[in-house]
Amino acid sequence: MHAIRQTLARVYAGAFIFYMLIPLVIMSAAAFNDNKTPSIVPWKGFTWKWFSALWADDRMWHAFQNTIFVAIAVSLISVIIGTAAAILINSVSGNLRAVLYSTMISTILIPGAVIGISTMIMWTKMGNALDTEFILFKPGLHLSVLGQVSYIASIVMLLVLARLQSFDQGLEEAALDLGATHAQVMKRILLPHLYPAIGAGAAVAFFQSIENFNVTQFTRGGADTLTVYVFSKVRSGITPTINALALLLIGVTLLLAVLYEIKRRRSANIEAAREAEARRAAALEEAII
Amino acid sequence: MGNMIRRYGTSLTLLICLLTAFWLVMLVIVPNITLLESSFRPYLPVTEIGGPKDVYTAANYMKVFNGAIEISPFGFSFQIPVHVLTFSLTIFYSVIVTLICFALAYPLAYFMAKILHPRSLPTMFLLLFVPLWVSEVLRAFAWWIILALKGPLSWILMQLHLIDHEVRWIVGYNGVMIGLVYTYVLFMIFPVFNAISSLDSNQIEAAEDLGAPWWRIHWRIVLPHAKPGIASGAVMVFMLSAGSLLVPSILGSTTSQWFTQTVQQWMLDALDWNTAAAYAFILLLMCTLFVSLVMRVFRVKLSDIAN
Amino acid sequence: MSAGIDLQNVSCDFGNFRAVDNATVAIKPGEFFSFLGPSGCGKTTILRMISGFIEPTAGTIKIGDKDMKGQRPNQRPTALIFQNLALFPLMSIWENISFGLEVRGVDKATRRAKAQALLEMVDLPGAADKMVSQLSGGQKQRVAIARALAVEPAVMLLDEPLSALDLKLRQHMRAELRAIQKRTGVTFIYITHDQGEALAMSDRVGVMSQGRIQQVANPRDIYNNPVNGFVASFVGENNIFTGTVTNPAGGMAGFDTAFGMFRARLGEQAKSGNIKLYVRPEHTILSETAAAENAVPVTVSEVSFEGAFIAVHGKTASGQTIVAEVRNDGSATVPEIGAARFAHFNAAHASILPDTTAVA
Ligand SMILES: Nc1ncnc2c1ncn2[C@@H]1O[C@H](COP(=O)(O)OP(=O)(O)O)[C@@H](O)[C@H]1O
Ligand SMILES: [Mg+2]
Repeated sequence: MHAIRQTLARVYAGAFIFYMLIPLVIMSAAAFNDNKTPSIVPWKGFTWKWFSALWADDRMWHAFQNTIFVAIAVSLISVIIGTAAAILINSVSGNLRAVLYSTMISTILIPGAVIGISTMIMWTKMGNALDTEFILFKPGLHLSVLGQVSYIASIVMLLVLARLQSFDQGLEEAALDLGATHAQVMKRILLPHLYPAIGAGAAVAFFQSIENFNVTQFTRGGADTLTVYVFSKVRSGITPTINALALLLIGVTLLLAVLYEIKRRRSANIEAAREAEARRAAALEEAII
Repeated sequence: MGNMIRRYGTSLTLLICLLTAFWLVMLVIVPNITLLESSFRPYLPVTEIGGPKDVYTAANYMKVFNGAIEISPFGFSFQIPVHVLTFSLTIFYSVIVTLICFALAYPLAYFMAKILHPRSLPTMFLLLFVPLWVSEVLRAFAWWIILALKGPLSWILMQLHLIDHEVRWIVGYNGVMIGLVYTYVLFMIFPVFNAISSLDSNQIEAAEDLGAPWWRIHWRIVLPHAKPGIASGAVMVFMLSAGSLLVPSILGSTTSQWFTQTVQQWMLDALDWNTAAAYAFILLLMCTLFVSLVMRVFRVKLSDIAN
Repeated sequence: MSAGIDLQNVSCDFGNFRAVDNATVAIKPGEFFSFLGPSGCGKTTILRMISGFIEPTAGTIKIGDKDMKGQRPNQRPTALIFQNLALFPLMSIWENISFGLEVRGVDKATRRAKAQALLEMVDLPGAADKMVSQLSGGQKQRVAIARALAVEPAVMLLDEPLSALDLKLRQHMRAELRAIQKRTGVTFIYITHDQGEALAMSDRVGVMSQGRIQQVANPRDIYNNPVNGFVASFVGENNIFTGTVTNPAGGMAGFDTAFGMFRARLGEQAKSGNIKLYVRPEHTILSETAAAENAVPVTVSEVSFEGAFIAVHGKTASGQTIVAEVRNDGSATVPEIGAARFAHFNAAHASILPDTTAVA
């Protein structure tokens, strides 16, 4: 009975993975079908032509550029703000901490449409109130950046805060005691400890920004990002160029994931070797004394 | 604060506070206050803004009750305003999506946490993470391909002689639900998995040893332990579903309408930002209520949900 | 180079709780000074006030005649060795050691050379490019010392630095620390709750209890002439008798107990309150015949073999246990359990002291 349930669970897990991956496989495969509507049936022969069509699609490339700019800006700003916020949360306590923390977390739960609309209204209203034509106060991708930062910073904050929890405050004191200034402590001691989390935060922020639709849709003015572009294509007659794009994006993310995994394993191995050496040194020490 | 100054010095402390303040004040609090304020202002031509007609009014909110249509669920027939209907259906289908996600995710999360060998976990995670890295619009698009009238799903079922002519899958809210479940089920799996992993396996074995049948072990031991994870997953899935604009737009049928789509129409088609603000605020209010409800029912805190 | 430290009426409050109460002590330049006391008695707090992480609530701290009020940790001529060492895990060993020089803007070649010299001094010449996680506990200890010495502090502050090591290594490191201190001549302020450590390493010891410094003296005096019952008990074992003081004269006094009249040295603080007589087990002798003074009849109830000595427990008629330690050198005879004996002690080895184990 037990064994049957275990087998069932395995079959279920296999089916689930299949369910998760098959749509992506179908979507990718359709990129090679010589058929004007993106699908794998009927199969009309293998072709590379959708990739060349994608290469020639200027609007797509423009959207791609915009997406990258927005994503870089969002991850940069989110990392700075999120790290600062995590440090702040980590060093206050009591009610102040609870209020700040809840406010920060709640931004993750606000629907993107609400963030988009509120960002749009506030900055344009502010522009009107200041009676300025300054670009900041007009709809555009810079508002998309601000809107996205408002919740992505919170994700970075959570990652950095988790890392801060494993930080030994004694290291800061040791550095101060050795004569370091506060800025030196930050630069040489605290930030290096946080870099892994900051790096992860930057990556998550980058991907979150790339796939953001709701905030961008309400703030972008006339500018396109990749998501908006794909969205408009799906709605208004589509060719498998999108599938070619999807395949490329999936390929790039998989590559990055594999590289990351390799790097992680390598540093885990190095660390294990160091610990083994420390144990050997301890054994030797025991023998000598 | 004294602690912070001692640790980081005055200027760094000031910088840290300013950065956080910029985020919370300029990007979160003031925009939402502006949203609320705008939602009570009438939609006026530019020349009349600030004029005598520019007074606070609840008219934008009242628009929800305009234009009744007749519906007849379960044989009862009654009139209901279109937007109220959209709003209710959005909530209703989001709840259904959340329940389906839980039903799909729980067995898998349990399998990963308690049956699968820990050595295989990284591979499993990698496989599950792949769709998460692919953007939402592409995931919806993938299902748009699959569910097309002459698409792969109809084709394979016809090859298997399970159906004898092509089926229109995207009718009513079907497509939307399929898309939302596929897109957001992972947000249920990870928190539930985390919660179940933290359960001591000895407790399960002790219960088995005491002769409890498997369903009772889940009901009495695993589920109660996983409660915070379930709450967290439910909140995420519900909020993402109710707030989704992409999936309902791509996989919606002629008869499906999502509340975010209505908001978008006010904002981008009618260019009536104030009414859009009112509708957005209703959406925000509904989400807040849902989160509070889940927190109350599952007796968890906001900080538990965030993890 | 090295400097003395003056604590004058220093107190430190955490809210309503007084962690350090009116501490006054003058530590000499080049001295190895230990603060000894049970966990929670305020030792770390004293050290953190000296290094500048905590401002005293009251009193003055001077380092080399300079008032430290308002001086931040990075402005004081002290170097602190933390209880957990606080080595920087992301820097190599030589970067750790030269961090203090780095933040002072010293160029890289000089730093590297200085780090190498210090590593040789602490007997780790090949460790410069290793990472912290590659070192054993004892090696980390030495790196921490080298890192503190690199900034050429006038005073080194050590907060139970050996407590994480196992027994053998701890004893080895004691000697090494002491040697480094002698070689460098830097004033060491050392904190420990291990009386053996404090007595073995220090020039002078300050015994603390519940925020107060009870006694400051050299290790010999701390052990042989404790000022009160707390110090007597904290640094060693005692046989304790209750009674009342009679006929004090010339530093000696009679002590009237249930076992008769004893004679012993009269402690300076034994003025009033709860007064008791303390005598150490190694100064307690068991014999078959009663001695002229300070003798109590006992029945041997337990003999425990401790290695270097043998502890013989005797019970008095009233049930009190008296312990006598016999050196395990073959000269003394060990009585059988149940044998009747007299426990007695020399008046010069017994002290009449206020009992402060219960109250500070
Ligand atoms: N920052 C603080 N806030 C409140 N109480 C403290 C703080 N630091 C230490 N204490 C209290 O002061 C007392 C002395 O602490 P400490 O100096 O660390 O003792 P020791 O080092 O001798 O073990 C302890 O009871 C401790 O709980
Ligand atoms: Mg301590």
